[in-house]
Amino acid sequence: MSAAESALASPSPPGTPWWRRVLAFVTEANVAVVTLLAVVGGLVVGALLIIVTTPATLHAWGAVGRAPGAAFATSFSTVGNAYGALFAGSVISPSALGHALTTGRGWTGVFTPISETLVSATPLILAGTGVAIGFSTGVFNIGGQGQLIAGALAATYVGFGVSLPLVPHLVLVVLAGAAGGALAGFIPGILKARTGAHEVIVTIMLNYIFLDLLAYLLTTHPLQQPGQSNSISQTIPMTARLPHLFGSTLRVNLGLLIALAVAAAASWFMRKSTLGFEFTVIGANPSAGRTAGMDARRATIAVLTISGALVGLAGMSTVSGTDFFLSSGYGGAVGFNAITVALLGRNRPLGVVLGSLLFAALSTGGRYMQAVASIPIDLTTVIQAVIVFMVATPALVREIFRLREAGAGKILLFTKGWGG
Amino acid sequence: MSAGERALSDAAEAAAVDARLVSLGRVRGMGVFLVLLGVVTLMAFALGVTGGARATFLLSTPPSIDLSPLVMSVRPVAIACALVCGGLGIVLLVRLRTQGSYLIFSAGFCAFLWAFLAWAARGNTLNFVQMLAETMVAATPLVYGSLSGILCERSGVVNIAIEGQFLAGAFLGAMIGSATGNLWLGVVSGAVAGALFGALLAFLALRYGADQIIVGVVIVAFCTGLTNFLTAQVLTPDQTTLNSPSTFSPFAVPLLDKIPIAGPVLFDQNVFFYGAFALLVLVHVTLFHTRWGLRVRAVGEHPRAAQSVGIHVLSVRYRNVILGGVVAGIGGASFTIGSIGEFSAQMTAGLGYVALAAMIFGRWRPFGALGAALLFGFAVSLQSFLAVLSVGIPSPFLSMAPYVITIAVVSGLVGRVRPPAADGVPYSLE
Repeated sequence: MSAAESALASPSPPGTPWWRRVLAFVTEANVAVVTLLAVVGGLVVGALLIIVTTPATLHAWGAVGRAPGAAFATSFSTVGNAYGALFAGSVISPSALGHALTTGRGWTGVFTPISETLVSATPLILAGTGVAIGFSTGVFNIGGQGQLIAGALAATYVGFGVSLPLVPHLVLVVLAGAAGGALAGFIPGILKARTGAHEVIVTIMLNYIFLDLLAYLLTTHPLQQPGQSNSISQTIPMTARLPHLFGSTLRVNLGLLIALAVAAAASWFMRKSTLGFEFTVIGANPSAGRTAGMDARRATIAVLTISGALVGLAGMSTVSGTDFFLSSGYGGAVGFNAITVALLGRNRPLGVVLGSLLFAALSTGGRYMQAVASIPIDLTTVIQAVIVFMVATPALVREIFRLREAGAGKILLFTKGWGG
Repeated sequence: MSAGERALSDAAEAAAVDARLVSLGRVRGMGVFLVLLGVVTLMAFALGVTGGARATFLLSTPPSIDLSPLVMSVRPVAIACALVCGGLGIVLLVRLRTQGSYLIFSAGFCAFLWAFLAWAARGNTLNFVQMLAETMVAATPLVYGSLSGILCERSGVVNIAIEGQFLAGAFLGAMIGSATGNLWLGVVSGAVAGALFGALLAFLALRYGADQIIVGVVIVAFCTGLTNFLTAQVLTPDQTTLNSPSTFSPFAVPLLDKIPIAGPVLFDQNVFFYGAFALLVLVHVTLFHTRWGLRVRAVGEHPRAAQSVGIHVLSVRYRNVILGGVVAGIGGASFTIGSIGEFSAQMTAGLGYVALAAMIFGRWRPFGALGAALLFGFAVSLQSFLAVLSVGIPSPFLSMAPYVITIAVVSGLVGRVRPPAADGVPYSLE
């Protein structure tokens, strides 16, 4: 039974009219309601930030005594412009749609925003699933950026260093990305298992180390683009690129399907496989796992390696799917958003997919918003953080919106302290 | 129990704790490591230079009294250092006792560092005093950060949000310091910014039982996004008014600043540096020698027991987490109005997490954390001096050094640490 079903089924006795069930569902603090309200909360905080930092609205509010209507009107139009651009840039632009409907041409333009959102969602789904697998075992893999860089580096090397026909080359590139990330995840895994070094600190430090390593490699042969003084890598050939799904203009590519397949496989792995079960038990109760003869150290290493491999695939998906080369400072946003989408999706692959779509839409739309409404894109980071704050604190959302406590679809998020 | 007996039992307990934390295997590992370092020193630094190469270390800068520079012949110095380093490694291996092993290890490591510096400065001049002074400057925010961590975690709340509090303090400190032209107001507003996010952490973690590590990480994300946003939206359009604070100038302590080496290093720094040391002593004394500190530690180790003797667990935690925020916020302000003089996006570069590592390395004790902060500070300072000396190590590897050292320290030297028993565990009365 899915979370939504169980939440729907639990509170009402049989025979209750459907509208009472719906009412009961939307007034209790279950996963769907809390997440929706969290998104609303994030947008409200974002709107307030826009209002207090835009000179035009500030002036209008300065004169609120004389013209109260103008203050509200200016605020509404400023926020409306920004959020309108956010929507148009990430889902669909009403004007482009109208144009296409009336003239019958320009349909590519209609689908570009949604394609771009799917393109940004691809690495998020992969990396978010990786982080989520760690979380459900009580391992906090915060080293997304490092593992992204490792995966992207491996994919890039194999991309330009090997010449093969399309299919085998692409398979090799994908495997290289996973292997690079797995290696970067193995380091904190083995250190934690063997010496007890906490993975939060080790993975963050590895982020900076991999950034420096990337900076170094980008200035040296063979990674650096020949004849370039900038820190830019060689471009990978066509045989190493993930093919587009819907023609050459829309950038959505095979990476999306890989990501969805990986999420489905991860879901199966965590629910049905023996190793996945072992991970879950050790995450929930290490001493019970030990009693049952499970090796927590081995599980730590395995979890971080698998987690790293998935994040590495995310790195591969950007190099091989959209960028085709590497430059310095790569991977920061995806590395961090992987954590927030894992939290937003409550460590379930399906949740991660939905969370990734939402956050991808925010960042894709954010770029358009920055260009059209001149609101800095960093606003979307703030909105995302507020959403996760509220998702991580369902009790707070319950109190603000006066919701009833949920029966089955209750939300639990946890990590472990330093000792574990 | 007489005072003597108590002291005895305390000492026994301390020894037992020490023995548990530093296993013989680790001592053996440290010994092997030192022997290897000795070999490296011999091969790379002693044999890797021409016979007559000399290195000059400057030992005095104003205002201290003049000392003549130290001119060393690199090869004999490196050979001597290699012998000391390897010898101490052998001592560790033969002795196989845990007590004092850290001291011996540190001495051996210093010998290695000395040889390395001599090698790096061959045919060149290294301003040794300046390097130590910059170590102090780099260590200062880390001291604030780790003290913040200690205040929170000793009461049982994990504060992984230090990085975010640094950013908030740095931002508001720069903005208010610049807008009002009063740097002290900048410090105060940095503290307020840190306290706000401390309060948010406390509120979500204590009132609603949210996971402290998750809330902490999200606070960092929030602060990063918010300061980036406000920098682009508010500071940049009005850079001269809002983002050009002056910085606290160094204050030379009369007479003490004349002491060779120690004078310029310790007694000619700005107010953030002196504040860090005052706070260090204050936190140490209050935590371990006052009733307040006993209560805090009781709440962090065994909240139920503390509750049963009438201590209000949650108010102790609220107070400590907010105080921790104040300390981290001041540390954040030191980034802008303490040294650079303007805020730039993500300028704290992960140092909040390094401060946490320092806290863990110092085993949740202020002076232990100071040791770690100085080590990281030295790595940072070394990196900038080596870049100037152009020793042939690519600069990305130099800037990696503090992070590599953090990992080495956390995994190699520290190993399994014992945090306060209730650290990160939500407390409820039921």
